[in-house]
Amino acid sequence: MYAQMVKSEGMKSLEEMSPEERAFQERIDANEKIEPKEWMPEGYRKTLIRQIGQHAHSEIVGQLPEGNWVTRAPTLERKAILLAKVQDEAGHGLYLYSAAETLGVTRDELTEKLLSGDMKYSSIFNYPTLTWADMGAVGWLVDGAAIMNQVPLQRTSYGPYSRAMIRICKEESFHQRQGFAIMMKMANGTPEQKEMAQDALNRFWFPALMMFGPSDADSVHSAQSMAWKIKMNTNDELRQKFVDETVPQAEFLGLTVPDKTLAWNEEKGGYDFAEPDWNEFFEVIKGNGPCNEERLSARQKAWSEGAWFREGLTAYADKAASRRAAAQMAAE
Amino acid sequence: MSKKEWPLWEIFIRGQHGLNHRHVGSLHAPDAEMAIRNARDVYTRRKEGVSIWVVPSAQITASSPSEKGPMYDPAESKVYRHPTFYDIPDEVGHM
Amino acid sequence: MPSLPDAATPDAAALAKQAAAHQSHDPHVADVDLQPALFDWLCRMGDNSLVLGHRLSEWCGHGPALEEDIALANTALDLIGQTQMWLALAGEVEDAGRTADDLAYLRDTSKFRNLKLVELPNDDLAVTLMRGFLFDAFHFELLKELAGSSSPRVAEIAAKALKEVSYHLERSSDLVVRLGDGTTESHERMQAALNRLWPYTGEMFKADGVDEAVAEAGIAPKLSDVLPVWQRTVDDVLSEATLAKPDRKFDAQTGGKQGRHTEHLGFLLAEMQFLQRAYPGASW
Repeated sequence: MYAQMVKSEGMKSLEEMSPEERAFQERIDANEKIEPKEWMPEGYRKTLIRQIGQHAHSEIVGQLPEGNWVTRAPTLERKAILLAKVQDEAGHGLYLYSAAETLGVTRDELTEKLLSGDMKYSSIFNYPTLTWADMGAVGWLVDGAAIMNQVPLQRTSYGPYSRAMIRICKEESFHQRQGFAIMMKMANGTPEQKEMAQDALNRFWFPALMMFGPSDADSVHSAQSMAWKIKMNTNDELRQKFVDETVPQAEFLGLTVPDKTLAWNEEKGGYDFAEPDWNEFFEVIKGNGPCNEERLSARQKAWSEGAWFREGLTAYADKAASRRAAAQMAAE
Repeated sequence: MSKKEWPLWEIFIRGQHGLNHRHVGSLHAPDAEMAIRNARDVYTRRKEGVSIWVVPSAQITASSPSEKGPMYDPAESKVYRHPTFYDIPDEVGHM
Repeated sequence: MPSLPDAATPDAAALAKQAAAHQSHDPHVADVDLQPALFDWLCRMGDNSLVLGHRLSEWCGHGPALEEDIALANTALDLIGQTQMWLALAGEVEDAGRTADDLAYLRDTSKFRNLKLVELPNDDLAVTLMRGFLFDAFHFELLKELAGSSSPRVAEIAAKALKEVSYHLERSSDLVVRLGDGTTESHERMQAALNRLWPYTGEMFKADGVDEAVAEAGIAPKLSDVLPVWQRTVDDVLSEATLAKPDRKFDAQTGGKQGRHTEHLGFLLAEMQFLQRAYPGASW
């Protein structure tokens, strides 16, 4: 997912908890929202900062693979739609950073951690977008996978995070649909377009499955996050749901999911499907994906080359404030 | 990171229909004037006919959680403040 | 904030409504004598917003702060929307079956009618923002006049665009003031940007036969009437920004409106038109 492999602190049983911790857990169990400045376990706060921060970084880095094609979009309308979508991602990053900031960390601190490699972003954005069909595949598969996670997160226990997710889900409703619309055009287009569409599906299928992260059914971290309601489903549940929803859509497009083992399993009421190559996933996370260096250096460049702009505006605001103060003094 | 970060602002927006200003989120800006402009770009995508308030986040004073009981409980007894307290006959229609 | 010309948008909106009511009766659209000039002029309007919108869209994901990234994209989106309207009308006037997309994606550089100013590369953000301001100050004044055009169709588009562009100008002039009067570095960058762009600004006001024909028909204002207002806005903003007006010719670089462009436009179009050129006739 946009926040993959987020480590949380070990889990305590109710008996091991302090009275404060127990009261906190009981509030969560009663579906109460936890708000900024209220008491919370340090582990809850730290895990949330890591998770929301990683989610925010993913939105920001996620601008790049699609931003790639804004200047090459094939019609004026497609250009406007794609630009609006990539702009939304910047907005979503902003909402999420704001949510993280209520936990006592600043956006600049989080940005520095992204740029130094101390914090990660979703593995998916380290794959290249090579053809226009990739704009379709990213919207359809990547946003489709993200929505699986984001919709339940609207009910997460931390108030600011929940509100950010509500806003994001509302704005994002068109993202997956515009991706699918591009896929429909391509899949029903010229033979070359259809080939691009199939190729995009071939390249993005397994990276999309990786977005949910490796199986965490037995993970202590996940169990703790689920108890805290900052993770609402296991990775496997979400992955299964994604496959079950996406396979019929691929069939509708007349495209072939690149998995020979894919088969409907009547008993479980879902598809059996092949696991992605988890070695590849760990390599990408480590920094060895096809585009890790490009993505990070693009963000570093934007940040360092933008410093004069940010500082210039700060300097002007300071000057204007002291001018106002001086004028007020003179008037008195 | 030694440079000064733009301060954080809380953004409140009132829509066209004259309802109260509502908190919609936050953003960073060097001063109030730019916070308003950024809010227009970020939170309204520049829809016209809305009113925006910006408040430095540092200036927000929030009730502290430990006072939660005394501050909020009295309201619970004033059920007459809630519309569903009143039984309006059906023939009156929507109110 | 320096005092800017009054946006007068309510009047514009009224004019637009009036214009829409008479849409089918626009006498200029079918005027055979005026047709070549009007087509060219509409391409100028559309190409300016297309090329500038394209340049601004290059910032998407690369802005200096999230808030600015989003704001730049908003401006780009406005301009792309305006492009669709201007070029669609151009296609209608030409009456050869070309759509806005055909005009945007299938003309070569010599057929593009935008100002050289808008095709220059973004360079640093100072150039982008200063270019934005210099163009917005012209664009705003032009659209304000066009909202009262004798062509209801032109007036309608202008009135819609004017609302957006008055915000562009508010934003860009304010940023020029702030960054000009910010740090030493921001001041120097803004001054360097101004010096670089200055020789390209005169083209906005240099009228040729096309400009004269549409002015004659009452469709557009005389560019010589727009110039003094632009100069006043620019003087006010630059002085508040503590920036010096460059001591060099302001109309040394012209020709874009007639299709003689800088080297940069070819690269821009190669990128923008790639898919339409590589896969002719495909539908996207």
